[in-house]
Amino acid sequence: MKNLLSGIAFLFLLSLNPLYAQEGKARKIPAVEVKALDGSTFNTSSIDNNGKPIIIDFWATWCKPCVTELTNISDVYAKWKKETGVKVIAISIDDARNTAKVAPFVNGKNWDYEVYIDPNGDFKRAMNVNTVPHTFLLNGKKEIVWQHNSYAEGDEDKLFELVKKEAGK
Amino acid sequence: MSGKAILQFSILFFLISPSFAQTNNNWGEIHGNFQVDAQYYNPDSAIGAPPVPEKMLMNAFANIIYTKGNFTAGVRYESYLNALQGFDPRYKNSGIPYRFASYKVNNIEITVGSFYEQFGNGLIFRSYEERALGYDNAMDGIRLRIEPFHGIYLKGLIGKQRYFFDEGQGIVRGIDGEFQFNEIFTMLKDMKTKISLGGSFVSKYQPDQDPIYRLPENVGASSGRLNLIRGGFTLGGEYAYKINDPSSTNGYIYKPGEALFLTTGYSQKGIGISLSAKRIDNMSFRSDRTATGNSLLINYLPALSMQHTYSLAAFYPYATQPNGEMGLQGEFVYKIKKDSKIGGPYGTDILINYSAINGIDTLNLNDSLTRKGYTSDFFKIGKTVYFKDFVVQVTRKFSTKIKATAFYANQVYNKGIVQSPGYPIIYSNIGVLDITYKAGTSSALRMELEHLSTKQDQGNWASVLLEYTISSNCFVAVLDQYNYGNVDNTKRFHYFNGTVGFIKDATRITLSYGKQRAGIYCVGGICRTVPASNGLTLSITSSF
Repeated sequence: MKNLLSGIAFLFLLSLNPLYAQEGKARKIPAVEVKALDGSTFNTSSIDNNGKPIIIDFWATWCKPCVTELTNISDVYAKWKKETGVKVIAISIDDARNTAKVAPFVNGKNWDYEVYIDPNGDFKRAMNVNTVPHTFLLNGKKEIVWQHNSYAEGDEDKLFELVKKEAGK
Repeated sequence: MSGKAILQFSILFFLISPSFAQTNNNWGEIHGNFQVDAQYYNPDSAIGAPPVPEKMLMNAFANIIYTKGNFTAGVRYESYLNALQGFDPRYKNSGIPYRFASYKVNNIEITVGSFYEQFGNGLIFRSYEERALGYDNAMDGIRLRIEPFHGIYLKGLIGKQRYFFDEGQGIVRGIDGEFQFNEIFTMLKDMKTKISLGGSFVSKYQPDQDPIYRLPENVGASSGRLNLIRGGFTLGGEYAYKINDPSSTNGYIYKPGEALFLTTGYSQKGIGISLSAKRIDNMSFRSDRTATGNSLLINYLPALSMQHTYSLAAFYPYATQPNGEMGLQGEFVYKIKKDSKIGGPYGTDILINYSAINGIDTLNLNDSLTRKGYTSDFFKIGKTVYFKDFVVQVTRKFSTKIKATAFYANQVYNKGIVQSPGYPIIYSNIGVLDITYKAGTSSALRMELEHLSTKQDQGNWASVLLEYTISSNCFVAVLDQYNYGNVDNTKRFHYFNGTVGFIKDATRITLSYGKQRAGIYCVGGICRTVPASNGLTLSITSSF
């Protein structure tokens, strides 16, 4: 029990550490290979948006709040892109059971995102994602400035406020 | 490492870390996540909640990853004091079952220690974790990933599999190659059809200590896969073959195993169609032939049925039958355009899914000499129905404030096959109405009404969930699942439960109190059974 409490205290102090609690500290995304919808291999270090903000959203076809979040964002995505040039990259953690269904699902819902599949959770693990939905916001220098777990109606508006800030608007 | 040492180390780390912030990352970075789930159990024999002598049970884990340039290292600390009900009780006490170091240089990546990996669809090799299921068959050994030429991806690995806080007896080794033709041959780069070919070979070694049978100590399995994509069309297939592998799962027969997995689909903006089919014949593949449950599985045989999130639709979930099954699944996803007559002002989403899984056609050989077990015609579908599921789901936004989903499913569940012999086939109809009312900019009320009707098993169920999002940082929910249709009127219980949750960035804390019905929780075809419980649950999760 004592070991466990010390362990939790250690992690709590770690999370308070100014090294990464500070915004703008250069935390870049790790380089991990994921699959594009056309079957080709894509390295996450190639994620780019020409100096504009990037949203990385971990989701799965079986995760209802994830699908709700991406559907709500797709309703305002055109406006977001026009105002800030932001790009949403949706990373599906669906495994072999659902991998073949991801492309038809994304198209059937008429989503406009850049979608990749992380079938064995390599990118999810490298980004320390526990449960989905988990959303990251990257600034123009591709540094992680914000992350959020779970989704509630209206969260996308709060996210857009942060995107506008990063886009300098 | 003692608790005192950890505490001292963490204080020291916290004090000297501002100097890290100033030197701006010459020291690398540390990130991680953690999760704690603790439950306090009230005795409740009426609903069949088993007694919990410890009164409180807890699962916890923490991941810490250190990265500096091309070097990565990490550990995971896990603690089961004791494991929550529904998790394998062999997860006991605390320790570090996962630790690795990895380095990438040019196009070679080497990992030593613990790692996860998948070959193709996983038919002969998949090492992965599903923390919510308590599933973890991490490898401990060495893994190499090489891209010798652009478009050629090679993988090699050797190791032993995780077995709770120990390791399995068997040694597993494997190689995999994937060839993306459009990347390899520059003249094909702009070709509209994308082709990829892959193959793998996996072998396991376990000494033969059986007094009766002469068992194969080295068992090899190989698989080949092909994927074609052109515009909106996709076509893919993987075939796997495993030599004789007598084990407790297949009754110690010497028959080889086979698996075939085929998928095809078409999609374009607004419409998506996917079809998949599979055949599995004697494909249980473990690094210890005596292992049971979800331990020491080398491969992954994906379930072909739809993964449900509505509670009553997931009441009778299907679990893959590694000894033999044949199935198919079709899914149609369509968005009726917004501003059209049927679509309404925001469009309407439609999803239709049908899946059917049967056993394989077998002819018992009854030969005690060669013990080949049975023969099975590859193209014949077995007569026994294992599972059927027909789903129609419609989602529509009516205004900026209201949206709703209507869901219907018709299911056939062969409980005698999926769970244990002696149970009947269960025929059920499930209906769900899921309505969200957006009260303000950050507040919303969601109501989920569900109903399951069946003449078998426990009879009809009704479920009501009310979830009120107070702000983006806080929500409350109440749930009542009522087994009003139980043939035994002393078992018509209300499973009433309340939850409150707090979310701030990547930290989430939830507290629930009440009764939880017994159920089966599945992910991907692997399941765990959760017994009924009555008590208080605390869950904390965070990433940093």
